[in-house]
Amino acid sequence: MPHVELLWWKGCPSYQRALEELRSTMVQEGLDPETVEVREIDTDSAAATDSFVGSPTIRIDGRDVQPPLEEASVALTCRVYRLRDGRYSPTPDPDDVRDALRGIGADPDDVRDALRAQGADPTR
Amino acid sequence: MTLSIGDHAPHLSLPDTDGAEHDLGEHGTPTVVVFTCNHCPYALAWHDRLLAVGRDYAERVRFFAVNPNDAERYPGDSLEKMRERVAAEEWTMPYLRDEEQEVARAYGAKTTPDVFLIDAHGAVRYRGAPDADHSDPSLDAAWLREALDAVLDDREPDRPETEPIGCSVKWKP
Repeated sequence: MPHVELLWWKGCPSYQRALEELRSTMVQEGLDPETVEVREIDTDSAAATDSFVGSPTIRIDGRDVQPPLEEASVALTCRVYRLRDGRYSPTPDPDDVRDALRGIGADPDDVRDALRAQGADPTR
Repeated sequence: MTLSIGDHAPHLSLPDTDGAEHDLGEHGTPTVVVFTCNHCPYALAWHDRLLAVGRDYAERVRFFAVNPNDAERYPGDSLEKMRERVAAEEWTMPYLRDEEQEVARAYGAKTTPDVFLIDAHGAVRYRGAPDADHSDPSLDAAWLREALDAVLDDREPDRPETEPIGCSVKWKP
């Protein structure tokens, strides 16, 4: 069973929709949707500790379902995602979530590299 | 303070990305004021739809996009980043910087985006979201268009107020 985390911040209204879509995808993939660890990020220091680049952030076994955009930085903010058709979205593409649950999502090295490129310390 | 339907919009002016001042409260022509920003996914998702409305009603309505966010904590919303966006994209309305957040406070803006339609006499006639769903481009900012058509036809909008949906305005500490 993969470890599924959803990190959220109260200033952004998208996390409920992201959580619903995540749980729905987990059901489709035969996973228990109640195992999602939902954590609120509510301080700048918590955002730095968790390399949090915006709400919602979904990680499967530590892998982000989509590497942060180049311009993203660690902050209490809403996260910008790109859907597979190129549109901007406050929630990740469900197909990216599904692929991540199947173990073919974003490589954690890519995520760390993206954070380093933005000046963030991904080890904190 | 929050502007309610029927309230008169204040006479406040803001600079655009070239430094030119624009009076948001000038009467005589209906005006749409959209609080928006660079970094919010909701604002980005609705952006093209709002630009399309600006293009379609340009001859009869004034449009302003206003970025009120604290650029110190959110550097993606700095004036420099606004200029970069305007240079790279085809904007149909001036992009104004509300550095002191005075206009956002006077209007009671809650989110980006948050849309206000002011009629030719200065009264607020619509406030809220562009349409029902940021994720469905086919909705085409229908709520704003309905309100614009009503005001231009000297009617009351059927739906004068909706809940603005988006990222919270990033107030300065």
